[in-house]
Amino acid sequence: MFNLNKNKLITLLKVQYSNMLEYRVEIALWAISGIIPLFMLNIWTNNNLNESINLSNLMLSRYFLSAFFVRQFSVVWVVFTFEEDALLGKISPYLIQPLNPFFRYFAQHIAEQITRFPFAILIALIFFLINPESVWIPSFSLFLLACLSTFFSFLIQFLIQSIIACLCFWTEKASSIERLLFIPTLFLSGLLAPVISFPEYVKSWIYITPFPYLIDFPANILSGNNTNIIPGFFMQIFWISLLFPIFKRTWSLGTKKYTAMGS
Amino acid sequence: MEENIIQVENLSKSFDISSKKPGLKGTLKHFFKRETKSIEVIKNINFGIKKGEIVGFLGANGAGKTTILKILCGLIYPSQGKLSVAGNLPYKRRSNFLKNITLIMGQKQQLIWDLPPIESFYLNAAIYDIEKFEAKKRIKKLSDMLEIEDELYIPVRKLSLGQRMKSELLAALIHKPNILFLDEPTLGLDINAQRNLRKFLQIYNKETDATICLTSHYMKDITSLCKRVICIHEGCLTYDGKLEKLLKKISPVKDILIICKTEKDAIELRNSGFIIKNQNQKEITITIKKNSIKSTLKNILNKFEIEDLYINEPPVDEIIGNILVKNKV
Repeated sequence: MFNLNKNKLITLLKVQYSNMLEYRVEIALWAISGIIPLFMLNIWTNNNLNESINLSNLMLSRYFLSAFFVRQFSVVWVVFTFEEDALLGKISPYLIQPLNPFFRYFAQHIAEQITRFPFAILIALIFFLINPESVWIPSFSLFLLACLSTFFSFLIQFLIQSIIACLCFWTEKASSIERLLFIPTLFLSGLLAPVISFPEYVKSWIYITPFPYLIDFPANILSGNNTNIIPGFFMQIFWISLLFPIFKRTWSLGTKKYTAMGS
Repeated sequence: MEENIIQVENLSKSFDISSKKPGLKGTLKHFFKRETKSIEVIKNINFGIKKGEIVGFLGANGAGKTTILKILCGLIYPSQGKLSVAGNLPYKRRSNFLKNITLIMGQKQQLIWDLPPIESFYLNAAIYDIEKFEAKKRIKKLSDMLEIEDELYIPVRKLSLGQRMKSELLAALIHKPNILFLDEPTLGLDINAQRNLRKFLQIYNKETDATICLTSHYMKDITSLCKRVICIHEGCLTYDGKLEKLLKKISPVKDILIICKTEKDAIELRNSGFIIKNQNQKEITITIKKNSIKSTLKNILNKFEIEDLYINEPPVDEIIGNILVKNKV
């Protein structure tokens, strides 16, 4: 069921990209709707909040623009599509194909990110026009590391949501469990504030959760802020290695419970 | 003796279903304490199917036909019993098993809605590890057979139901499966589209010796495709054998259309104690037992002035309809 090869992956991506291009206006709107970090930047700089965390206005603006980029390329919605497909029996034809249906969703997400890319660049250009002092070009190695950590962030979120999605086999509304995770993701990931700004006692336990590695860690790498790169990657790989077997087990147990409702 | 490609022994399947009483009280009770009960939808079923056979599953709505197909193709797990499909345990969903089978559900689609079907065909070809050149050849051949060459490049959402169903069929057959599970494949299609689809399935079966398990509420699908039928009633197997034999078994009667010379004869014939099926002035259709045809006809010809008469089998649709509604097996 997990036997993905290069040909399958490329064809999946090509087809899903063609499909996503059909929704390009929708995707442009989603890209625009992801500008929360840029609003947060405005709040932070207008209230001089950055002074308390010893981060200059310039570095803060780069951080929030990076957070915007990381968010654009790590957003995950698999739980909602899977839930609908499972409840309406739409996954039935995919379940009896020699490829795990989650690869379809995975390809959908990657294709959507590729479609988002030009819109995200356009938003960044507008941002630089308004804030020309924020323009920076990260070194190639940092850029690659930031891309890798963003991809890992996407993988962590994709695995978390996939595990929750598999709960559809037991409870019909698994997406409500995902909503429980929305608040900690919003506050602890670095989307609203850099994790460095949190009190020490909060930081001491935040770093053992997956949340700061979703936005804060990749955004710090990309913006050139101080961050512990090796421990950060270690934690990302740790969470992926932990979540993947849980997903496989939940999937295997869940499909035994599948009743092919609605079909 | 040829071995069965599908073997089912003592197969049972139960579902846990929660129920809720109406009204606020029922809702609150349902919220705090869910009442679930186990419903056995398939009860201890046994059958075997040989390679190349086309078998029709008959039964009323909710009888369990579709559940059997879902178990056979590995979509759902059986609760009890042994089963083997092409030497595999379907629910294990091994890659070599999945490459051997296909499931087509009349009311479900796998084609990507906003893209032309050709995109889904190439995607399926990649999923089943079919080379692009070979995939092209198969798409060409199947689209010729299904007469959908012109529709390959039109977005699925713009195709008619018949064109969509044919495209679904092509997508499901691109990997040349040996076993086809068809759940109401002609659902919602017009008469021409139904006929074309049946014709295609007949040719596919003949050319590839594929085994076909079919459920349908359209009698014509069953009568023109299946020599063998399996009747299911409330989860139990009530008949497994030739369709012809079933028809004889459950309908040991014939219809005789008698055209009397005068209306007076027609009235007298009507009042002679026969089972009258239809009547129209001088024409009367009576139903009589097959074993008493000779004596009854002799009697009628002696007593009444007859202009013409025709002996007919009752329509197959009517007989199968009785199986579905009354389980008269």
